[in-house]
Amino acid sequence: MKPSTAYRQYHPKWYRTRVSTLWWSRKWSYLKFMLRELSSVFVACYVVILLLQLHALRGGPDAYQGFQDWLKDPWLVILNGVSFLFVLFHAVTWFNLTPKAMAVRLRGKRLPNVLVAAPNYVAWLAVSALVVFLLTRQG
Amino acid sequence: MAKRSNEPLLWALFSGGGVVAAFLLPVLIFLYGLAFPLGWLQPPDYERTLELVQHPLARPILFLLCFLSLFHWAHRFRFTLYDGLQIKHLNLVINLFCYGGAVTGTVAAAYLLWTLP
Amino acid sequence: MAETITIEVARYRPEQEGEPALQSYEVPLNKDWVVLDALNHIKDHVDGSLSFRWSCRMGVCGSCGMTVNGEPKLTCATFLSHYAPGPIRVEPLKNFPVVRDLVIEMTDFMEKLQSVKPWIVRQDDPAPAKGEFLQTPEQLDEFKQFSMCINCMICYAACPVYGLDPQFVGPAAIALAQRYNQDSRDQGEQERMDVLSQHEGIWGCTFVGECTEVCPKDVDPAGAIQQYKLAATKEWFKSFLMPWSKQ
Repeated sequence: MKPSTAYRQYHPKWYRTRVSTLWWSRKWSYLKFMLRELSSVFVACYVVILLLQLHALRGGPDAYQGFQDWLKDPWLVILNGVSFLFVLFHAVTWFNLTPKAMAVRLRGKRLPNVLVAAPNYVAWLAVSALVVFLLTRQG
Repeated sequence: MAKRSNEPLLWALFSGGGVVAAFLLPVLIFLYGLAFPLGWLQPPDYERTLELVQHPLARPILFLLCFLSLFHWAHRFRFTLYDGLQIKHLNLVINLFCYGGAVTGTVAAAYLLWTLP
Repeated sequence: MAETITIEVARYRPEQEGEPALQSYEVPLNKDWVVLDALNHIKDHVDGSLSFRWSCRMGVCGSCGMTVNGEPKLTCATFLSHYAPGPIRVEPLKNFPVVRDLVIEMTDFMEKLQSVKPWIVRQDDPAPAKGEFLQTPEQLDEFKQFSMCINCMICYAACPVYGLDPQFVGPAAIALAQRYNQDSRDQGEQERMDVLSQHEGIWGCTFVGECTEVCPKDVDPAGAIQQYKLAATKEWFKSFLMPWSKQ
């Protein structure tokens, strides 16, 4: 924007308010937005745990056993429980917002949002099932 | 064209990371964070885990997971700090922390995956 | 007309008071009355000094946007009975400077609107004698939703990013830019991209999504901004991978 907008100029008679620092705590929809954004912290947190897991895997069977025992620490279980809720929230909001960012059209008509979001959920279930299968199949 | 912005690249990484995190993280955190430690399911042992990681697709997937998820975090967290705490004037520090952290994590992931047996 | 409802109106008369204060009025609670009717009742019968903007009374002109019980609303489409038994708090739109009572200063929005060239831009500029530009119903459908915008600025009042950073171009202006970008008759996409691809353009948006929630005309500015981000990103990669393709 041009810096010269009249809005930016000093006008003694106009009353202006400043957005409060805790603006996102005043309204449920804003708070939900903030929680959605904070889910990214738990995403990063998991990547750190994954890096530690790879490090342990590189260190041999004993180191890996140590990593698995470390995961049983009650504090870590609580952290992972919270992380799980946040990434679940991230996934749901992400899939629901996809249809807005991608206006999918079929024969000139825009597809309803539900139809764009639904394949995401189907794929999500499939991927999750595959991961569970791969990681719990013994040998 | 006006001054070239690198926002599109950062946004693309953020979006890619958002997709990867949405698809993979809930199940991974559920398994490694809850189901395995609490004994609901039997975790794969050292040999089995190594076998899984040695699959030709495993390392690229794990690398992309780390790389994109970290840049997803960096981008989102940058704006959370800007708007949530109104500290946009600390721009330089925030960028250094967020993207610097993401680059460091990505390099670490590449190194660890490369040197795995 | 036995029933009444209390309306607390934010008054700001710069020659009298340093900051806005609420003033209460009792108005009849007619079931077919909207908040704007109540304000007009006050202006006509109770207190002629009350200032507010309005025109069409039917959700077309976009003049009567105000904050009703904390939410940005078109007051001509917000019924009193919805808030019974009251009280109803009516304040000016948030995120804009207040000139007087419920009247806000909108120059900033007007300049932003202009900066995205919300009109059909032609590079070839054909003479009118050549006739009209034809468009199919499918082509119309591409942008019709965004063309419903009435510039009421309710989305700006709901947008925390605009509140925090007045440089942000904002929801309605971007939706209208997209309205013309999607128009098959338009050739101005590149010119608008120059304005919108800057940080204060689309990239300031964090997809809070409130603009879409509050829009009285279902324009979906949040969707428009994300679609624009996607388009700008594709454009960026294209010019990065194929620099020679630039015009």
